[in-house]
Amino acid sequence: MKRLSAKLWQVKRVVGPCMLLMMAASVAHAQDAPHPVIPDTIQQRIAACTACHGVHGEGTPESGFFPRLAGKPAGYLARQLQDFQDGLRKYGPMEYTVRQLSPEYMREIAAYFSAQDVPYTRSPMPRLSGDALQRGEQLVTHGDPSRKIPACSACHGAQLTGVQPDIPGLIGLPYDYISSQLGSWRTRTRATVAPDCMSEIANRLSESDISAVSAWLAGRELPGDMHAQPAGSVTPPLHCGVLGDKGDGV
Amino acid sequence: MKRVIVIVVVLLALVLIGGWWWRSGTTQPVSPAASAVSAATLKDPALIAKGEYLATVGDCAACHTEQGGARYAGGRVLATPFGNIPAPNITPDRETGLGDWSFEDFWQALHSGRGRHGELLYPVFSYTSFTKVTHDDALAMFAYLQSLPPVHQPAKPLGLDFPYNVRSSLNAWRALYFREGTYQPDPGKSEAWNRGAYLVQGLGHCNECHAPRDSLGGMQSNPSLAGGQIPAQNWYAPDLSTQANGGLAGWSEQDIVDLLKTGQSARGTAFGPMAEVVARSTQHLQDDDLHAIATYLQSLPARAPVAADRSPLDTRAILAQGAKVYADRCADCHGKDGNGVAGIYPPLNGNSSVNEPTGINAVRVVLLGGFAPLTAGNPRPYSMPPFAQQLNDSDVAAVVTYIRQAWTNNASPILERDVIKNRHTPID
Repeated sequence: MKRLSAKLWQVKRVVGPCMLLMMAASVAHAQDAPHPVIPDTIQQRIAACTACHGVHGEGTPESGFFPRLAGKPAGYLARQLQDFQDGLRKYGPMEYTVRQLSPEYMREIAAYFSAQDVPYTRSPMPRLSGDALQRGEQLVTHGDPSRKIPACSACHGAQLTGVQPDIPGLIGLPYDYISSQLGSWRTRTRATVAPDCMSEIANRLSESDISAVSAWLAGRELPGDMHAQPAGSVTPPLHCGVLGDKGDGV
Repeated sequence: MKRVIVIVVVLLALVLIGGWWWRSGTTQPVSPAASAVSAATLKDPALIAKGEYLATVGDCAACHTEQGGARYAGGRVLATPFGNIPAPNITPDRETGLGDWSFEDFWQALHSGRGRHGELLYPVFSYTSFTKVTHDDALAMFAYLQSLPPVHQPAKPLGLDFPYNVRSSLNAWRALYFREGTYQPDPGKSEAWNRGAYLVQGLGHCNECHAPRDSLGGMQSNPSLAGGQIPAQNWYAPDLSTQANGGLAGWSEQDIVDLLKTGQSARGTAFGPMAEVVARSTQHLQDDDLHAIATYLQSLPARAPVAADRSPLDTRAILAQGAKVYADRCADCHGKDGNGVAGIYPPLNGNSSVNEPTGINAVRVVLLGGFAPLTAGNPRPYSMPPFAQQLNDSDVAAVVTYIRQAWTNNASPILERDVIKNRHTPID
C-alpha cells in the first residue's frame, strides 16, 4: 500500500506539472490563436462582395462608384448577378467574381443584401438649371409620350422606391450612378434578357434628358418608407424580359 | 525584335514550302451516309452517355461555349499570342455546326488535327493531346455531340494576322511539335497508372497549360507537366510533380483527388482558369478516374532544385511593409502562420501557387480575390476580397514578396512593375 501511494505520488509529480503546462499552453494558444474561428455565415462567405459594396451593402454613396445593394429587391439583385455571369452586363471585376456561382448561391447572396436595412445618405449633385430639373420631373412622373418615353413611376412605383420582387427603386441613388447606368444601356455595357425595355427607354432619352432625370431623382426628398412596394402594384407599359414578359416590345 | 524578324523569315520560308505540301494534304469529307459508322450506332444511349462523360473529362464546353451562350455552340474567342481564334460550333447544326460531319471527319480533326477538307487546324484546338484519345472514346464523344440539340450559330471571323492566317504555315509547326498517335499503355505500370496517364496526357489535355511553351507556342517535351505561364491569359499553371522540388511537393493522392473533386485540398484551393476546370470538368469525374489521375501525377519525377534567389535587391524594408499589410489584411483568414483554416481558407505556407516562379498567381489573386470553385462538395464557397481598390502597387508587391518568403516559403521577390501589368481584370 505504501509502495502504491509512493507510485501515485510519483505519477502526480510528473502529471501535475504536465497539466499545468498544458493549461498554460492552451491559454497562450487562445491569446495568440493563429486562426480566429471563422463564422459560418453568408456575410463571412461573401467577403469578395462586401469588400467593395460594404458589409451591409451600403455601397460608396460619396462617390457612387460601388452601388448600394442594401434593400434592393432580391429578384432584381439576383438578375444582375446572372447578367454579369452571362456577359450582358459588362464590368470585368464583377464578371470575374460571379463567373461560376450557381443560381441558388446567387439568390442566397441577393436575399442577404435585399434584407439589409441601411440609412440612405446624400450624394454630391451637379448644378442644373431650374428648367432642366423641371424636365427631369416631367420625365420621371409623366414621361414624354411624343417620344414614347413612359414615366419612370409607371414601373418603379408612385413612390419611386421600386416594386417587389424585380424592380429597383430610383430614389436615394447618387446622380453619378443613375446617369452612368442610363448611359451604359446606350453603350451596350449594360443589358438584360430580351425584350430589354430599359435599353429601349434609355435609347429614347437624349443626353440632356439623362442628366435631367438623374439630377431630379438624386435630389428628391426621401419618403419615410423606402421599401419597395408590394408585387403586382404596377402594370408596366412596355414588354420587359426581366419581368417574365416575352412580348415583342412596343 | 531580332528574334521576331528571324521567326517571321523562317515562317515565310516554311509557308512557301508548306504550300505544295498542303495541297497534297487536301482530302474529301466523308458524308454521314458513306461513313463506316451507322446512324443507329450513333443513337445508342449507352454510347451517348459514355461520350457525355468523356466530353466532360475533356472540358470541351470550356472553349466551345461563349459566355452566356448555348453549350457547345462555339463563339468563345480564344486569345493567343498570335491572334484571336474563335472556337467553332460543335452542335449538330447542318449549316454552322457538325451536322454534316461523319465520324471519319471527326476522327481526322481530333486525331490528326485536320478539318473536313484536310485543312490544318490551329493547335489552340489541343489535338497535340487529343491525338492520344482512343478510337472507341472518340466515337462515343462524336455520338454525344451528334445527340445535342442543333444550334444555328455561324462562326466568328478568325482574328489572326499574317503569317499566322496562312494555314499551311502550320506544317512547320506540326513538324516541330506534333506527334500523331493514340496513347500506348505501358505494360510495366498498373492499370490505374495507365488510365491516369491516358486521361492526363489525352482528353484532360493538362499539359496544354501545365507545361512551358516556347516563342512559337510549342511545348518542347510532351508531356512535361513541369508548369508554365498560360499564354495570353497570364496565369501560371504550376508544376504538377509531387516529388522533391516539384510544384506539388508533398501532395498526397488524397490531396490531388480533393482538389479536383471539390476545388479545395489541405494544400491549396483552385482559382483562375483551374477553378473553372474544376467546376465544369473534374468535379464530375468518377472517383476511380480521379484516383488514377492522382496515381499518375504522383509518379512524375522529382525536379532539379531551384537556385537560391540571387537578386541584389535589399528586401528588408519591403518585407517589413509586407508583414504589416499581411497582419492587417490577410492574417485573419490565412493565419499568422500562413496555414489557413482547414476546409475554408487555403494555406499560403508551402502553397504551389504562392511559390511558383513568376509570382503572377499571388499578385493576381490579391488583386482579384474571388470565390473558391463552386462544386457539389462545396456549394456555398467562402471567398477572398479583391484588393485592387484597397492596396496600391507598392503594398501588393510588398505583401506578395512577404508571403513568398515567410514561413517555409523561399521564392523570389515581386516588384511594383510586376503588379502594374497585372492590374487589368481578365474576362476570358
